[in-house]
Amino acid sequence: MTEQSGADILVEALCDLGVEVVFGYPGGAVLPIYDALFRSGRIKHILVRHEQAATHAAEGYARSTGKPGVVLVTSGPGATNAVTGITDALMDSIPMVVITGQVPTALIGTDAFQEADTVGITRHCSKHNYLVKDPAKLGAIIHEAFHIATKGRPGPVVVDIPKDVQVATAAYTKPGAIQHKTYRPQVKADRAAIEQVVDMLAAAERPVLYTGGGIINSGPAASQMLAELARLTGAPVTSTLMGLGCFPASSPQFLGMLGMHGTYEANMAMNQADLVVAIGARFDDRVTGRLDAFSPNSRKVHIDIDRSSINKTVRIDLPIVADAGHAMEDMVRIWKSRQHPKPDTREWWSRIAEWRAVACLSFPEVGNDIMPQRAIRALWEATHARQPIITTEVGQHQMWAAQHFGFELPNKWLTSGGLGTMGYGLPAAIGAQLGNPNALVIDIAGEASIQMNIQELATATQYRLPVKIFILNNQYMGMVRQWQELTYSSRYAESYSESLPDFVKLGEAYGWKGIRIETRDQLDAGIADMLAYDGPVIVDCMVSQLTNCFPMIPSGAAHTDMILQANEVSGTMDDEAKALV
Amino acid sequence: MHIKTEAAERHTLAVIVDNEPGILARIAGLFTARGYNIESLTVSEITEDKAVSRITIVTSASPPVMEQIMAQLDRLVPVHRVTDLTVAGEHVERELALVKVAGIGDKRIEAMRLAEVYRGRVVDATTSSFVFEVTGGRDKIDKFVELMAEVGLVEVARTGIVAISRGREAA
Repeated sequence: MTEQSGADILVEALCDLGVEVVFGYPGGAVLPIYDALFRSGRIKHILVRHEQAATHAAEGYARSTGKPGVVLVTSGPGATNAVTGITDALMDSIPMVVITGQVPTALIGTDAFQEADTVGITRHCSKHNYLVKDPAKLGAIIHEAFHIATKGRPGPVVVDIPKDVQVATAAYTKPGAIQHKTYRPQVKADRAAIEQVVDMLAAAERPVLYTGGGIINSGPAASQMLAELARLTGAPVTSTLMGLGCFPASSPQFLGMLGMHGTYEANMAMNQADLVVAIGARFDDRVTGRLDAFSPNSRKVHIDIDRSSINKTVRIDLPIVADAGHAMEDMVRIWKSRQHPKPDTREWWSRIAEWRAVACLSFPEVGNDIMPQRAIRALWEATHARQPIITTEVGQHQMWAAQHFGFELPNKWLTSGGLGTMGYGLPAAIGAQLGNPNALVIDIAGEASIQMNIQELATATQYRLPVKIFILNNQYMGMVRQWQELTYSSRYAESYSESLPDFVKLGEAYGWKGIRIETRDQLDAGIADMLAYDGPVIVDCMVSQLTNCFPMIPSGAAHTDMILQANEVSGTMDDEAKALV
Repeated sequence: MHIKTEAAERHTLAVIVDNEPGILARIAGLFTARGYNIESLTVSEITEDKAVSRITIVTSASPPVMEQIMAQLDRLVPVHRVTDLTVAGEHVERELALVKVAGIGDKRIEAMRLAEVYRGRVVDATTSSFVFEVTGGRDKIDKFVELMAEVGLVEVARTGIVAISRGREAA
């Protein structure tokens, strides 16, 4: 059999795996791979301006297409810069394969130029990682890496390839279907457990379906199964931040997001429920609030593909290890085969109607100031018919987008949930636009977060990507300031966005169109200008500076202790509350 | 405010893993990253082709944390299986210690007599020192080392616990 270089084996394996796009940045330790990519010409390479952005772009690509994102970076600083995005993908269960160059095998451990212990550094922020020392094993490892990244609970896999392994030659044959010797995630649920959850749903008086990102990871069919399950059971549905879009926001059965900045009705329903069925959600601390007060009178069912997510923080009555889509399909089938009538949940819905009547997402509007919530709603009004893909940075704007932008479909909402990475949104939008060339992709940003990966404006320009950035500019790191108001008597330690650039001129300098919106009467026209422009646009939308994000469950509080409006905010907290994240 | 700690129980785990580079760091790192405690950890290859290793971990945790430790170990890609020997049934635990004692006269004789009581073997001797090899459960070795402290203990090397279930089945 003919031999080829490790670099050529890598490129061929990537082609065999159906990889179309790689996000990366060249450097000394990956030059052989870049040359192989250049000679092959079969894979599109997107040159980012910072390796962190390559990882977020790969995440945006993966979340919006369901396909794994692929990253290629050099050794040392290339790899360490990628660590934030690798960790982000681990926390949010995003399939990603990160290929890192490494110094030649003989130099490993000698503190060589641009050497870093990449497998050591990424061991606990990746789902799995490899250091490849033999080109003959490289092809199989690449295939295995994709298998592990995409099967079971998805996550990032790092493959570190020393430069000599990229140059040395070996034979490569495309492997068949992978039967991994140890990694065999359980996809199908135990039938008895499914029958039990169906019985529980049929008997429940106050059920809630608590849905999360696992449904989106399972694929669009899982969202259809959820719609069917909701229709059959008549149960209200709430979603986590990561789950938004798995159930249509316009459905009368949708309660909105739950948790710290969730709706009053979602949190009250969780609190008063007699049955909570968690599907692909992980009882994150931002969802549960104070654990000993979380949904105190409910029986809890947890469907998750990762056994370690079950019973991690909340005790579960019925654990079900399975893929969310498969489990819901089984539930729907058994429900139908038993010809269960739709349960009578009228009393439950009448209580929910009372909570809804609180109108927790309403906000005051005075003068010609733009309330940030109004800006999000105006953006939704102008774009929702086009089913846009929305990315965000992290902070108040992210929560307002989650609250006020209604998502009807999965894979349209890309946000850094678990890690909360500022600087995620712009590169994620770039990745999403590459995976969905005809889609409208908008990064809803804050003026502080956007600066964390602002250099990626150039990437969008280079590849003619018509992404839009919509900055809610309140000249504060708003969420930090909000917590300082709640907890530290409004001592604004370092939360003012000082020395801001002129975002319009900055965009123009990178070849973007820049638009500034300063008053409410300019809002709709400004958004229309943004949408009318066939190319990348940065919108600097000046919003009410001191508005805070409500409703809110303060850290350490129960779901029933929501702050609904700003005038309920106290100025300080005890140490127990201060110590919580 | 003061930091609270939870009541913990001692458990002995057997973890069967692929013998790949970094596996020990992966397991040990999981424990530190998630704040679990390791009292003892031993590792050695157990198959002829050296492809599989058995890691014995003694940890202490509250029951919910113990369940998490099992699940977290189990989801590591190179892990074949995890068994909580403490829960699975009766099992045997052994540790080996090498104990160096220096002394002359009565102390030397007393050290020798105590070692006999503890079924220690002499594996090295000079005119003024012994190295004893003792095997047993952790308590027995703790006690032996404590006694040796009175008759000229120099240093101790211990293997950490290895354990296996009783009966004919693999755990």
